[in-house]
Amino acid sequence: MRIVVARRVSQGFFLLLFLWFCLVATVGAGWMQLRGWPINWLLSLDPLTALGTMLATHTLYAPLLWGLGALALTLFVGRFFCGFVCPLGTLNQMTGWLARLGRAPKDRAEDNRPGRGQMVKYALLAFFLGCAALGGLQTGLLDPLPLVFRSVNLALLPLADPGVGVIHDASRHYEGVWWIGLVFLAILALNAVRPRFFCRMICPLGALFGLAARIAPWRIGKATDKSCGDCRLCESHCEGGCRPSGTLVVSECLLCCNCLDRCPSGRIGFSGRASAAGETAVPDFSRRGAVALLAAGAAGALAAPLWRVEDAAGLGRSPSLIRPPGSLDEERFLARCIRCGQCMRACPSNIIQPSVTTAGLIGLWTPALNYRLGRSGCQPNCIACGQVCPTAAIRPLSLSEKLGQGDYTAAGPIRLGTAFVDRTRCLPWAMGRPCIVCQEVCPVSPKAIAVREVFEPVRGGRLLLAGARGSTLALARPLAVSGNPASGDYYVRLLGAPEANPVRLVGGGATELTLAAALPAAAPGREVELLVHLMQPQVDPARCVGCGMCEHECPVSGLRAIRVTSENESRSGPGRMLA
Amino acid sequence: MTLPKPPGEGAATGSPDLRQGLDRRQFLRRLAGASVLAVAAGGLGAALYDPKGPAGAAGGKVLASLGDFRAAPPPAGKPRLATVHGADRRAMFDLGVKALGGMEAFVSRGDVVLLKVNAAFASPAILGATTHPDLLAAAIEACRAAGASRVLVTDNPINSPESCFEVSGLSGAARSSGATTLLPRPALFSPLTLPGGRLITDWPVLAGAFAGVTKVIALAPVKDHQRAGASMSLKNFYGLLGGRRNIFHQDINGVIAELGQLMRPTLVVLDGVSAMMANGPTGGSLADLKATNTMIFSVDPVAADTLGVALLGRAPADLPYLALAQAAGVGTMDVASLAPVTLTLDKAAG
Repeated sequence: MRIVVARRVSQGFFLLLFLWFCLVATVGAGWMQLRGWPINWLLSLDPLTALGTMLATHTLYAPLLWGLGALALTLFVGRFFCGFVCPLGTLNQMTGWLARLGRAPKDRAEDNRPGRGQMVKYALLAFFLGCAALGGLQTGLLDPLPLVFRSVNLALLPLADPGVGVIHDASRHYEGVWWIGLVFLAILALNAVRPRFFCRMICPLGALFGLAARIAPWRIGKATDKSCGDCRLCESHCEGGCRPSGTLVVSECLLCCNCLDRCPSGRIGFSGRASAAGETAVPDFSRRGAVALLAAGAAGALAAPLWRVEDAAGLGRSPSLIRPPGSLDEERFLARCIRCGQCMRACPSNIIQPSVTTAGLIGLWTPALNYRLGRSGCQPNCIACGQVCPTAAIRPLSLSEKLGQGDYTAAGPIRLGTAFVDRTRCLPWAMGRPCIVCQEVCPVSPKAIAVREVFEPVRGGRLLLAGARGSTLALARPLAVSGNPASGDYYVRLLGAPEANPVRLVGGGATELTLAAALPAAAPGREVELLVHLMQPQVDPARCVGCGMCEHECPVSGLRAIRVTSENESRSGPGRMLA
Repeated sequence: MTLPKPPGEGAATGSPDLRQGLDRRQFLRRLAGASVLAVAAGGLGAALYDPKGPAGAAGGKVLASLGDFRAAPPPAGKPRLATVHGADRRAMFDLGVKALGGMEAFVSRGDVVLLKVNAAFASPAILGATTHPDLLAAAIEACRAAGASRVLVTDNPINSPESCFEVSGLSGAARSSGATTLLPRPALFSPLTLPGGRLITDWPVLAGAFAGVTKVIALAPVKDHQRAGASMSLKNFYGLLGGRRNIFHQDINGVIAELGQLMRPTLVVLDGVSAMMANGPTGGSLADLKATNTMIFSVDPVAADTLGVALLGRAPADLPYLALAQAAGVGTMDVASLAPVTLTLDKAAG
């Protein structure tokens, strides 16, 4: 088999594997659902995630060991990952190929000339590693694996859902996903400018592999340095832009193997010796390259502490920033989260959202709960997000740890925040209308929302009696109140007798009221007042876990009348509210 | 970089040089093309012309009912309500249905039966917040034995539907007993206005689940409910509503009475083998449950709830929706008029 055929088969396999992992990331036991599929394996293969989290946390989370394996193999054979594995690389290669159908080999070779732009990715890598070294992991913004998972899972798959129901019955929603989708489309569109534009110029993972490839003993190269004319067919399909016809730019070779395949005289091969026509690499560490890299790394190292100036992990944090259950405290969370979106994809309630502003600029696209979106609050019996997090930014909780049962009874349940009733918007508090949906859906036992029962006078409910017979009252003037007095929530009481027990209204028309029992001392000429029986919600902060069921179901659908903010969340000591 | 072309070269390759003027053929071709496009634009404008501007709200076809699925009443004097005491839901179901004339009295050969369960929360069966999977399995098997061609199971729960049906064990019971679970996907909802209704007007309901259905059996647990007093057979029909249905909690009794008019079931089964005495309707702890060892079978949901509320230690007068539903013709609170029978599983079995 020709080596390029093997490469295409490998690319196709890993692209399909990637799409399969996206497709099956729905919580469930079905064959096409999460069950035991290793949906994080491709993310684990990414050594930039391993290196970034190592710098930021000084530990290597077990599954990320795969990434060091990929890096180790690169040290021997070069950037096989870029050429044979990376799903984003494959998509870039496909779009670049489509954009160049029918072009002459000379024009193609022109597009594949090495350029200074290829330095940029090394600067980005240095910048990100500088950030990571000081605790702010930003690699996920441009690291191709988190990027492609995030883009496909959050932006593309939901397009297939509405009406079609490919994956979900109802459509999925993700905040600000417009930008995630646009970035992805832009990356694909840039392939029209240069083949594999992103891979050559931007990809920080490619830069890391490029550094490793410099010492690889096996590499692509010319067997003889004899001049070979100027056909440049080897460069017509060179994906990396690494000049196989002349002095090879070793760090840029993606192992696409097209040169090897296209050379009409078989001069190019893959072997354990340097290219006979000479080799070089970018960046050139002996010159300006080293300075530029140092400068970028230093800028990263300076940028990371800037967010501490904001105190964005402490008092400067937005109170609306609620992280998924099991999330580490903000500082440690940001040292691990790679914004891959796996938690958002898996959440059966669809409430884990890519933060646009809530987590600040430093937390762009990190997961934050939005209880207004999705199907319900955080389901008590669900731990999907922690189980799919590839870096343990969200710890893989057990159900008993989440619920505070068994061994975790003393620690209590995981709290995401605390619900606060907005008495200026709550129907029973502010508008004299019964409701109490929040109490109904509170899943904590005993409930974290208690009710305060009151009988409140109704506007226009001061009624003059024309007569009273048994449990029927005749009114002197027609009843004119908003609401439905016969709904079982309305009561009457003699005016000026606040101690008397109100009697429930069970029916009646405009001028007659039927009561559940006779009203003592009711007589013509006396006045009664119409009362509405209200149950007003009160949150017990010692019981509330911040699951947001109440906020999600609150019928005040705009700005909810009960809202969860991060006070009292388990993950941060300073967030504690109760003494 | 491309060099500017010398004048005249364009004409030779087919693109006319404007400085030298168009020849007649090119002029006519352009004239024809421009005319066609102008007429097409005008035609498109005329076809889509809207002199009035948009209406305030999008109108459309609106349903009036989800259907009346009541079976023919039994001969006078035969029971239409049965209470069974015991702890084994499957055996109790068989005994209760037998007391009302057997499943054949309700389901005929070829019927498509919809089982309306309460799957409100993603909560395991043992916590009693949802219809018990054993009861569902017994109902499915009885329907199939009576000749039902298809058995469907549905509800529009509060938590994510997939999670609710899986975690509660209802999906599993449906799968293993040969029924189809219909998850409430958006396409199944259509607007409905209840004739004479005050609350359910132009409101999305789970109408798609009723397509082709000829019989409906509702299976509900007995649960505490702060706002309504109790959640039993009639409150279970809340799961037929879509949209942000919680606004109806402002008049919970009114909406429950309207739900009774929305759809008339063939049979309701109220499962009080264990009752959620407090902290309902979510529960969350075994401490919220009490073994009340009772299952009520009724053709009338109002009568079933009238009887069932006693399991919670409450009285029918504590549930204002009962009187409202009775007044609306949904059923009767006069349980005796249904010639009720009471059976005890142990005695009957032994």
